[in-house]
Amino acid sequence: MSGIELRAVLELVLVGGACGAIGFWVVSERLTYAAESLSHGLLPGLVLAALAGAPLVLGAAAGAVVAAGLIALAARDARLDADAGTAVAVTGLVGAGALLALAPDAPQRLEELLFGDPLAVGDGDLVAAALLLLAGGVALAALHRPLIASSFDAAGAAALGLRPTLLRLALLILLAAAVAVAVQGLGALLVLAVLIAPPVAVRGHVAGAAAAMLAAATVAALSGVAGIELSALTGTAAGATVALVLCAAAAVGALAATRRARRRPVAQRPGGRPRSRPRAPAAPS
Amino acid sequence: MRPAGARKDDVTEQAVLAAGLSAGYGGRPVLSGISFGVAAGRTVCVLGPNGGGKTTLFRALTGELEALTGRVHVDGQPAYVAQTERTRLDFPVSALDVALMGSLAHGRWWLPPRRSQRDAAARALDRVGLGEHSGVPFGELSGGQRQRALLARALVQDALVLLLDEPLSGVDPASARVIDALFGELRAEGKSVFVSSHDVESARRFDLVLCLNGTQVAFGAPGEVLDRATLEATYGRELIVLDSGAPASAVTIQHHAHEHGAHGS
Repeated sequence: MSGIELRAVLELVLVGGACGAIGFWVVSERLTYAAESLSHGLLPGLVLAALAGAPLVLGAAAGAVVAAGLIALAARDARLDADAGTAVAVTGLVGAGALLALAPDAPQRLEELLFGDPLAVGDGDLVAAALLLLAGGVALAALHRPLIASSFDAAGAAALGLRPTLLRLALLILLAAAVAVAVQGLGALLVLAVLIAPPVAVRGHVAGAAAAMLAAATVAALSGVAGIELSALTGTAAGATVALVLCAAAAVGALAATRRARRRPVAQRPGGRPRSRPRAPAAPS
Repeated sequence: MRPAGARKDDVTEQAVLAAGLSAGYGGRPVLSGISFGVAAGRTVCVLGPNGGGKTTLFRALTGELEALTGRVHVDGQPAYVAQTERTRLDFPVSALDVALMGSLAHGRWWLPPRRSQRDAAARALDRVGLGEHSGVPFGELSGGQRQRALLARALVQDALVLLLDEPLSGVDPASARVIDALFGELRAEGKSVFVSSHDVESARRFDLVLCLNGTQVAFGAPGEVLDRATLEATYGRELIVLDSGAPASAVTIQHHAHEHGAHGS
């Protein structure tokens, strides 16, 4: 393995470990669309950082803050549902980012900003990834029990004296940090894969939130390594290959979870008999 | 305890007090004109149609909703058990995990549960008859067992006031017996238990009955409150009177389709 490859693998193991664990809560709290919006909407920040020669992680962080603000504003319009407002805001941001990146005197980096390049990570990116893993790990460990209580039953958690709104805000901050750091390797369009695919892959296979979080982190890190190796073998783009491996893991995991749920005797399935709601622990369809 | 307006004599005499309370979700109040006091060690059945304000009252008592007018006083942070369908069945927690959540009310939420907290959760599960199911994922329990797991969470919280949102609707007879017996035990321990219900007949077994229909229709002992006029004022067209003698015997029509409607109550 070359030095460049080794750095790429290290980056993806660190980023994958953090994003897999954070992603479990993003999916549990039903923030997937928010994650997608945030990761795409920060493109103008990335482009401006690239144009100014500033570290991408700073541009991504600033872009995420601006995107979050704009999305929050657009989603407030009571005449539309929140999704429609969000979609307009995000499309506008992606358009603005592309416009800036495709200006005649801009460096030819739009492709890298959209799709990422794990083989181009520098020392600063590795430090940022290590910090994300460390800080994210500490935050998730400290918030573990409140997050479980709040994801399970927000009203019940509020009655226990917890603050579900603050917990959600903390999770959004972690999400924004994860996206800002991971965007170097996978780009604004593919970064979502490392957040969402791992928790989908392990869903229905592990009991308990802590186990699901650790399993998702492991799947993300292993998929990153496998993706880099595969891209070296086949000569395909590294970031895109990693994203495809992650999504393949999600598909395999979800299919296996469906089979597992079918094999279980009816009496052990959720609720014992069909109820008005779809049986939940089966794989997401 | 919140809010600070309660006079001292209220605090000593009444575990739960509402005075001129109105509450809602922005716009017109969903619930208004609520004034009652409940001493410690009393069970209260809260009757009313869907959208009548039962859940809104509980949210005002937990402090989740601010009072628009008037004030409320509750001894300590009340335990609240929502209708089980408001919980997430696909979230990976066991019955023991759910019971253990109750200990979060005692602070130290950033640390793993202590041994004593785990023991308390296991005892609470035993008490609701789920001791042998502690490792079963919540989503795989039956409806009645889920309700009992949520009650175990409330027991671990060890609150002075418990608010239970339709705990007996749709549960199996065995679970209903366990839950019903628990009300009596909690009462004997000096806890105040509020139970919202659709079942007019079961209300007779409570110390007090509170009838809501957007406003307070009646409050008092079942014998005083549960007459035909009050029930008709409470339920309107949802009421079917079986026997109009005294005491009146009646059932209500349940519109479950409306239960998750815009009022959130």
